[in-house]
Amino acid sequence: MPLVKVPKPKFIEKLKRFFMADLLKGLGLTLKYNIGAVTDSDSVGGKGIYTEQYPKVRPDVAPRFHGAPRLNMDPETHDTLCIACNLCAIACPEDCIDVLAMDVEIVVAGKPRKKKVLDEFVFDTSRCMFCALCQEACPTWCLELTQDFELATYSRAGFVWNREMLEQGRETVKYTR
Amino acid sequence: MERNRLLPSGRVGTGGGVETSRRTLHAVTQHGTGAGCPAWLALIMHQVEIATTRETLLDSPEMVLNMGPQHPSTHGVLRVILKLDGETVIDLDCDIGYLHRGMEKIAENRMYTMIAPYWDRLDYIAAVSNGLVWVETVEQMMGLVVPPRAHYLRTILTELNRIASHLLWLATHALDIGAVTVLLWALREREEILKIFERQFGARLTCHAWRIGGMPNDTYDDFEPDIRRFISNFPTRLDEYETVLSENRIWLSRTVGIGVISAEEAIAIGLSGPALRGSGVAWDIRKSRPYAAYADMDFDVPLGENGDTYDRYLVRLEEMRQSRRIVDQALDNLPDGPVNAKLPKIIKLPIGDYYHSIEGPKGEIGCYLVSDGTAQPWRVRVRPPSLINLQALKQMCLGHLVADVVAIIGTLDIVLGEIDR
Repeated sequence: MPLVKVPKPKFIEKLKRFFMADLLKGLGLTLKYNIGAVTDSDSVGGKGIYTEQYPKVRPDVAPRFHGAPRLNMDPETHDTLCIACNLCAIACPEDCIDVLAMDVEIVVAGKPRKKKVLDEFVFDTSRCMFCALCQEACPTWCLELTQDFELATYSRAGFVWNREMLEQGRETVKYTR
Repeated sequence: MERNRLLPSGRVGTGGGVETSRRTLHAVTQHGTGAGCPAWLALIMHQVEIATTRETLLDSPEMVLNMGPQHPSTHGVLRVILKLDGETVIDLDCDIGYLHRGMEKIAENRMYTMIAPYWDRLDYIAAVSNGLVWVETVEQMMGLVVPPRAHYLRTILTELNRIASHLLWLATHALDIGAVTVLLWALREREEILKIFERQFGARLTCHAWRIGGMPNDTYDDFEPDIRRFISNFPTRLDEYETVLSENRIWLSRTVGIGVISAEEAIAIGLSGPALRGSGVAWDIRKSRPYAAYADMDFDVPLGENGDTYDRYLVRLEEMRQSRRIVDQALDNLPDGPVNAKLPKIIKLPIGDYYHSIEGPKGEIGCYLVSDGTAQPWRVRVRPPSLINLQALKQMCLGHLVADVVAIIGTLDIVLGEIDR
């Protein structure tokens, strides 16, 4: 085993070592922190608390955060923006999206046409890795990963979100101070 | 044979079953335990093994100790099988694979754009660097020209990720050795970087930071002020870590001369990153094969002298200072323009293979990609720095104490997600 040669300490270094200068230096810094924390304005409420007080205080989640999925609706007509194009299901690496569409007969300019309409949308959040590829694939800004991050449920079946949950949002208990 | 000779008579069973059992035992000793051995036979063989053991553990000076996979200082699910003489390590073996998820196989069944999130889950401490390997490999293989702004942003954010990775290393390494204060301080600084990542990429840890051809989004509004604030505070924070650790007698006695590896040995094993530079080998892919915008950056590569744990600690601290310098320069010279190149809707690579590697926080992380011309890769192979750095563990640990094994695992800076893949 090769050993590292440590040079012999000089007299002053020996003296410093005897008076524990190395330890006192570190202790001085930690003491400074202890005193400073009480009066620090960066801490929560100036009380020397630096941690987030979740769930009493909701964390400030960034606008781009990839959280719970949502199907957006037209704000005026309250119809779904989804055109059942299936692009999100194709883009998903984990194959956790199922888009079920049905054909509806409509009349365009006096002629009967068939139109694809969204019937059911299944999103398995237990397999989702929140990479947001589905959100990027969506041509109508319908499927969106929101800032909601509380996805825990009591059962495996609860991870599978249907269209109603995706559109209305899931009911969760929100704790606030 | 010997096993049969030592078998105590009447051990196998009593009553009517004796004859059958003995006959089978003879058959076993003649042919050995091959495949197709029934379960009940294996049970008897097991009894034979017990019967031949004459020495107890206490009779031998050696002791075999399992460290991990639940041991908190193995940084994940690494199992180290230690052979000890007293408290001195005389032999050592590693058992890995507890975190195997088959990422390389999964990648063979995904389109090129879909594979990037899986790369984040290799070295989850440095997800941004890992993602960069994948997108750069695909871009270079298809001959895509990425806009300069994307290159600069990639440089800034991977360097921030390097700082975040080194901070977590410092925090856990110091905690392993017994300095709890540094853990709290280092995680405080890392939190600031993770907040920048959350605002930029939408996730803190597994960011899915890059897309093939550029970035998913341009920078957010306060991107530059946020990073400027971080890099202006950071040097004083680094000095604080040094005040607590660098001269501390406990830290010195736990790190100086521990886990020494010479430059020749380090090269022979194939170490990379700070583990290699700690031994004094000037090898940094950012300098030797510049990627992203590193060719335009001015920075130094810190080197150690002795190749011990203390030198690797100093190298990583200095690397954080240099990373800060790179981020500062890249922000000053950040060009305007688009962050995405034009891409076909379905990416198909030319038939052939390609290897590209970058200097990740842990070492050289590379991707070997074989394409058969379809929309999915034929083979994706990861060159994992942690796995190869772990090979030095035995050489570093021999002759040291059990407590030093913890320090040496810490100094190698391994992540099991990347070792097992």
